[in-house]
Amino acid sequence: MSEYKRIEITVGLFVFIGIAGMFYMALKLGEVGGLGADGYHLTAAFGDVGGVRAGADVMIAGVVVGRVDDVHLNERDRAEVSMRIHDDVKITSDAIASIRTKGIIGDRFIRIGQGGGEELSDGGEIEETESAISIEELVSKYIFSSDSSNK
Amino acid sequence: MTAVISMFGRLGRSFLGMVSRLGDATSLSSASLGLLPTRPWQGRHIVIQMFNIGVGSLVIIALTGAFTGMVLALQGYYTLAKFGSESMLGAGIALAIIRELGPVLGAMMLTARAGSAITAEIGIMRVTEQIDALEMMAVNPRARIIMPRIIAATLVLPLLIALFDLIGMGAGYLVGVELLGVNPGAFIAEMQAKVTTHDINTGWIKAVAFGFLIGVICTYIGYRATPTTEGVGKATTQAVVLSSVGILMLDYILTSFYL
Repeated sequence: MSEYKRIEITVGLFVFIGIAGMFYMALKLGEVGGLGADGYHLTAAFGDVGGVRAGADVMIAGVVVGRVDDVHLNERDRAEVSMRIHDDVKITSDAIASIRTKGIIGDRFIRIGQGGGEELSDGGEIEETESAISIEELVSKYIFSSDSSNK
Repeated sequence: MTAVISMFGRLGRSFLGMVSRLGDATSLSSASLGLLPTRPWQGRHIVIQMFNIGVGSLVIIALTGAFTGMVLALQGYYTLAKFGSESMLGAGIALAIIRELGPVLGAMMLTARAGSAITAEIGIMRVTEQIDALEMMAVNPRARIIMPRIIAATLVLPLLIALFDLIGMGAGYLVGVELLGVNPGAFIAEMQAKVTTHDINTGWIKAVAFGFLIGVICTYIGYRATPTTEGVGKATTQAVVLSSVGILMLDYILTSFYL
């Protein structure tokens, strides 16, 4: 085997391992494998989304069942969140969507509490929503109420 | 008065010199790269350079990657434990390595290991008049010497950085989970949840850009080295310094664009 052939084979092996590494990373860590184009869309309008952005989790009982695709303002000045839910998770029409925070300073996510009605299909809307709980608002409410009781 | 004027003269001369060197480097590299599709096809030399630059740097890249991941696990654990969020260790290590440390440290190691060798090799070809000999034999030294090295560096660095990233994360896992006792499930799950395709792509863009930068700087400085023993030594130092500084500057620019 000539010297050049050996170099060629080594380089080929090296390129193969490198590209395999790139693919492995893209597949294992990127979103390609997880939630691709599958799933169905639902929307929900909130009075205040408090910082939920595209990519935020949608959870039922603490289990991730989907992702937020887009957040925009609708014609009634409410925040309309469109989300993509896994196909095998069915959400009922009387479910309640609320904005919660993981821990005290964690990410915002959307929690869905299931009801007992019929199942929503693609493009459906969750009508019952609860806005984000703002700690500042709670604090100011508390100060205000203790002020008035003192007087 | 004359002292002030001559001071401005020196400043102007050095600035103009810098601009003309930059232009020279650009025209030399672009002229060399333009020779890629022409005959004679230099594939054989590109493969040889990929061997020298890429395969030759595997061990040092693996070592750097492993220790980077390990120290990130230690430091990250120390910081995160203060907030009680050790479970984020995997995500922290993966993001730091994929977005920033992999491309930058990998490129720095390639500069030190292969970039310096490129400059010294081409510089010595200059000194020993091998480049003139090639011209005498009607072999274009740009196509034979410069172009294969730039192409090889650009192709090889993303592959090396992919290995750096994987080895770094693996070593981080070993230290974090086996040594420090972080929950392995949380480590992997947070890693997968927080790293996005965008993060990985940012890493590739940086890798290709850094590889190209190393190739261009190291070949240019070697090619234009003063043909003396001292000149080659100076050129090698200059190539390593310029490439390293260039990598860090380009890294900031790319990060600010692709964040």
